[in-house]
Amino acid sequence: MKTELTVNGRSRSVDIEPRMTLLDTLRDGLGLKGTHAGCEHGVCGACTVLINGEAVRSCLVFGVQCDGLDIRTIEGAATAEGELDLIQDSFVETHGLQCGYCTPGMILAARALISQDPNPTDHAIRDAISGNICRCTGYGQIVEAIRLAAKRVSESNVARAEGAV
Amino acid sequence: MTRPELRFVSTNRRVREDVRFVAGRGKYIADMEMPDMLHVALVAAQHPAARIVSLDASAALAMPGVVAVLDGAELAAGVNPLMNGLDTPNVQRYPLAVGQNRYAGEWIAAVVAESRALAEDAAEKVRVEVEPLGFVIDPEVALTADATPVHPEHGSNLLLDRTFDWGPVEEDFSKSDEWLKLRVTWGRNSTVPIETFGVICKWDPWGKVLDVWASIQMPKYADQIARSLKIPGNAVRVHYDVDVGGSYGVKRGIKHTVLCAYLARKLGRPVRLIEDRLENMRAGDAHGPERIFDIEVAFDRDGTVNAMKMQALDNAGAYAGRAPFQLGKPIGAIVGPYRINSVQYRAISVTTNKTVQEAVRGFGQSPTNYAIETMMDRVAEHLGMDRIEFRRKNLIRAEEFPYTIPSGSTYDSGDYHTVIDKVLASADYRALQAERDRLRGEGLAAGIGVAACLEPSGGNSSFEPLLNEKNRSSTWMEGSRVNVDALGDVTVTIHTTSAGQGHETLAATVVGEVLGVDPDRIRVVRPNSLESLPGNSPVGSRMAIMLGGAAANAARDIIRQATAIAAHAMGVDAAEARYEDGTVHGPDGATVSWDEIVDIAHRRYHDLPKGTNPGLTASFIQQVPTGIALPKDGKTQMYPCYSFEFHLVLMAFDPVLARPEIRRYVIGHDCGTVINPHIVKGMTLGGIAHGIGAALLEEFSYDSEGQLMTQSFLDYLMPSSHEVPEVEIVHHCTPSPLTEFGQKGSGESGYLGAPAAISGAIHDALAPWGVHLDKLPIRMSTVSDAIAAAEDQGKGPK
Repeated sequence: MKTELTVNGRSRSVDIEPRMTLLDTLRDGLGLKGTHAGCEHGVCGACTVLINGEAVRSCLVFGVQCDGLDIRTIEGAATAEGELDLIQDSFVETHGLQCGYCTPGMILAARALISQDPNPTDHAIRDAISGNICRCTGYGQIVEAIRLAAKRVSESNVARAEGAV
Repeated sequence: MTRPELRFVSTNRRVREDVRFVAGRGKYIADMEMPDMLHVALVAAQHPAARIVSLDASAALAMPGVVAVLDGAELAAGVNPLMNGLDTPNVQRYPLAVGQNRYAGEWIAAVVAESRALAEDAAEKVRVEVEPLGFVIDPEVALTADATPVHPEHGSNLLLDRTFDWGPVEEDFSKSDEWLKLRVTWGRNSTVPIETFGVICKWDPWGKVLDVWASIQMPKYADQIARSLKIPGNAVRVHYDVDVGGSYGVKRGIKHTVLCAYLARKLGRPVRLIEDRLENMRAGDAHGPERIFDIEVAFDRDGTVNAMKMQALDNAGAYAGRAPFQLGKPIGAIVGPYRINSVQYRAISVTTNKTVQEAVRGFGQSPTNYAIETMMDRVAEHLGMDRIEFRRKNLIRAEEFPYTIPSGSTYDSGDYHTVIDKVLASADYRALQAERDRLRGEGLAAGIGVAACLEPSGGNSSFEPLLNEKNRSSTWMEGSRVNVDALGDVTVTIHTTSAGQGHETLAATVVGEVLGVDPDRIRVVRPNSLESLPGNSPVGSRMAIMLGGAAANAARDIIRQATAIAAHAMGVDAAEARYEDGTVHGPDGATVSWDEIVDIAHRRYHDLPKGTNPGLTASFIQQVPTGIALPKDGKTQMYPCYSFEFHLVLMAFDPVLARPEIRRYVIGHDCGTVINPHIVKGMTLGGIAHGIGAALLEEFSYDSEGQLMTQSFLDYLMPSSHEVPEVEIVHHCTPSPLTEFGQKGSGESGYLGAPAAISGAIHDALAPWGVHLDKLPIRMSTVSDAIAAAEDQGKGPK
């Protein structure tokens, strides 16, 4: 089925089976491997992407449902080749990851949070990532990363204008 | 000996691997595309045990895009059985069930198709006719004389039954004032990485080489593949530059790999198998220990523990693998951090019709620590002593190191009392007790838990020859190479995969430290297995010690070579020259620069000292410190280095709902010199999260029909950011005398004491009801039921 997807601001046409999830569409149809499959039943959050600014599990959405929606993946996060945005850089600064497998989903969940709540409390941060399971870090350095990222974004005019989503 | 000041080691440098991961540019197995690649889906057994009568794949094979269906009979004729740790030749394991299956979910057949979706569709069309057989899932029932044998050819379900007597146990028991008995059970859980296991195999029929890319963390992986496939060792090329999406011990998909390798050779195309979550949970063969401990402990009324008898009965699941060895590793810290004069340890491993067990973080140490610490709590309770004072009385004292425990292992260093003092001060223990009492006053169940335990590190495999006399391994090395190129830039090699432990950062940091070069200027690469030095992968909290040691020693060899070249150029003896930050200084103030040394090494043979090889490169293969002898008389030196941790936890919950809430979590951690503080912190916090899961949530539960009830993340519950509290870490550093920088391991930290501490906190909270809950995980329903039952008997807070 021909579907028009807008991924990271770029319009892409794909021919996909109706039963194909957005996760598989991104990975296998568009070659965007940064979105990861964890449980494929909507619990772990590793496949989180942004759809119209909201954090969504791409394993629970069909690709054909996303026709015309604004999809953002981790590949669209960096400001330029070889650069990191403030949220990504904050994860590196606090070592808010280990194996990196849940990390794209965590970063996008953080992005959705910060865009809606520029000064989140720790409780709000934990709430925002409570649907993203990380088996490596115990979440401590992830919470630190998002805390730092929110502070940096709120202190940065450029980031506030375009960095939020 | 005073240690030189460290410039890069122990500083808060960024972890270099993180950059590719936050960019979404990790290279995981499922991200790799190969032209012409085929995909595998599995046909799974429905019964816990059944004879395979017939298999009809005709409908599957008739589907478009389906290439092949492979069953166990064909596979077993073409490959050797998978490696077995013990000398139990009749407990054979193949990637697919042969003749009969031995657990529900075990793979009966592999379906190969042009896409995974097609392979899954076709797997549903494979008709398997079976005849259900008797089965057993309880380890104690499995040991009874009339139990159904999981492997009829083996004759019984007993894999291992070995009693060690590090005496004088009976004498110490008879001399002691009192004895106490207890039983605790560690439920079957695992570390369950978010990335499932995956592998791609590709056979080159002209070059006669098998290429393997896998999400693997496993010693001797390439060797095991070659042995099973009956091909030369140098016909297997494992690519180590695959990022592993979490492992913590369990990513050991040898059966997946042998299956794919066989298919790749048979079909002449690359073959990929990526587990889905269901395959991972029920048949990934990655469950952890499931263990019943029966303990007798002898002690005096003044609180001195004299002797312990521990029996550990472990349910290995359907095949042996390395599971029984997880009973052996804890022998190296069988008394924990305590001075216990004598120990009897009986290790029993049985087969049942459950999924196969694999190595899990700590390799059996965390269950053992839980048993030891519960024992300590119980004795303190019996004597009416404060749990911390009782522990302090029995802890090994700082001046007693190196300290040899009854099982023959020597602890390298430690200062347990100081770590505990620092934690109590940092947490304000009196205030914490007051807070617990205040919460109790509000009608909540509230309790404080403590746990003191060791993390043996620097993994060797001493448990192998200890439990299997045919195994003569004392070597458990790790290699690294440092190369200085013609432009003077430094490249270091790692000869294994990593699963988030930051080994590239580790290698760059130690080489930078030794050479006096900014680690950010050092490249770290991972050659494939055919280009590699020998190594044993990141197991047993070993890489800071072993890779750190290998890379540092290779860098020292570079300094030796550079100094010799420079001394020759200055016309002085090498012993008179001194290397510092890339420059070699002569006795008279003369210097030779790094660029000059590199130029001589790479371009000016005529200026090299006689007999010197050109180039500037060094390899070092590090043997485990202390790894010099085979076990003798049932005693052995297990791992060389011993990190210490002390947990202090405050929990509270409503006595009716019993939803556990961790109000405060403080851990004191001493792993010697820390190479990278970010990494060690992450390991500790992550380990505690795993421990919270093991203590409260995670279990592979089976019903009485032998079916796994927790097959998805909807039923196998893992801690989220809500269940894991903010953890406070109190640092202490007692350097190891055995390692390059004084470092010890930290890869299993947190996990080794958290389950015991949380269990202890729940017990303290339940003290007013007089309830003991002796099986992990302690679910909220168990707690609320126990409180309700106690209250029915008139027990509870006044």
